[in-house]
Amino acid sequence: MNYTLHFGAVWASFDHLLGGLAIGLALAVAAVAVGTVIGLLSAFASVSRSRLLRGISGTYVLLIRNIPLLVLVLLVYFALPQTGIRLDKYESFIGSLALYAGAYLTEVFRAGLLSVPKGIVEAGRAIGLTRMQTNISVVMPVMLRNSLPSLGNTFIGMFKDSSIAAAIAIPELTFEARKINVDTFRVVETWTVASGLYIAACFTIAALLRMLERRFPKF
Amino acid sequence: MDAFLAQLWIARWPLFDGFLMTIGISVGAIVFGTILGCIVGIQLVFAPLWLRLPFRAYVDIMRGTPLLVLILAAFYIPAVMGLSLSAAQAGTLALGLFAGAHIGELVRGSLQAIPPGQIEAGRSIGLTFPQILANVLLPQALRTSLPPWINTGVELIKGSSLLSMIGVGELLLKSQEVIGRNFMTIQFYVFAGILYLLVNVTLDLLGKSLERRLGARL
Repeated sequence: MNYTLHFGAVWASFDHLLGGLAIGLALAVAAVAVGTVIGLLSAFASVSRSRLLRGISGTYVLLIRNIPLLVLVLLVYFALPQTGIRLDKYESFIGSLALYAGAYLTEVFRAGLLSVPKGIVEAGRAIGLTRMQTNISVVMPVMLRNSLPSLGNTFIGMFKDSSIAAAIAIPELTFEARKINVDTFRVVETWTVASGLYIAACFTIAALLRMLERRFPKF
Repeated sequence: MDAFLAQLWIARWPLFDGFLMTIGISVGAIVFGTILGCIVGIQLVFAPLWLRLPFRAYVDIMRGTPLLVLILAAFYIPAVMGLSLSAAQAGTLALGLFAGAHIGELVRGSLQAIPPGQIEAGRSIGLTFPQILANVLLPQALRTSLPPWINTGVELIKGSSLLSMIGVGELLLKSQEVIGRNFMTIQFYVFAGILYLLVNVTLDLLGKSLERRLGARL
């Protein structure tokens, strides 16, 4: 145990770590944005009356939730070009993470949809809204508010999973930390700082979400 | 398809070894994580504040850090501390510590869901605290944490794929080695995905049926 801490080497590259953190956040935001669209469609499909739509949504969730994200990322990044679809590494990673987030968000929105009281749906229909209009102006706002806490948790999860982008050489926080680790051999310091940045970011996001939840009272 | 099957036949033993490695590491991590998690969960509920805080910090650190960072840290840090761990040992350690925090939270939640009246009832018939824990609280808490515990197992099997990045020869790394030899990228990644899927769906179904059966009794 003859190890003295020298954080200097890590502070010298701290802006790289911060840049990496920003990339990680951006990847998570983009993936959750796309994933929300997928999740909403898939959640509405999962509660629809058509057996086909329910089956598609269920299969999608089952497939994605039980395959490691890294396998999905590598498959999209290395295998898609063989079928003629060319994506750069950012597009390909955001695509994989969005597919992954979509499956988790399906369950989040599905629970949200089931939590919408039947009475307000009937009320919407009673004042003459079409089924589509009821879904958009009555069900969606209530459902989105009710799923806000789980949506936030999914976002934090996806932000943590953005570390897997290091596997395809996207210079996000984990990738930068590994580079500093290899360049300087300040092993303990590097991983402490990287982990601290992730934790600080997660706690900040969680605090912001709680503020947002208080701002909009639960239905 | 025939070409793929021929290549699969050639690569059957490396892939089988990788599959066993994945299962072995996940089992090791869940055993370690469960023992750790039970201790952590009990401390989080019943320990005095000064003892509870370090456990809280451990859980929050593990849950706030990506698994990949934990794995890389467990791979690089022990070496400079004078401990020599193999990549597989370091990876199992990281997965186990990660699982310990998640299972700790599960156990904490289930313990807190038990009405406090039961502890008082135990006390009033003269049981000591360890007896209350062993005979009243844990049997109920462990039963309610069983379905999410299986879910943690699924997360660990998925997480073990990250060990390919520190050179542990588990299923994903073995598949990558096979792909490096025959360039059948889609086929072998999909094959690895299907193997993960089979194991995890089996566990998932097991968890769901347990949930139904326990739900009927609670």
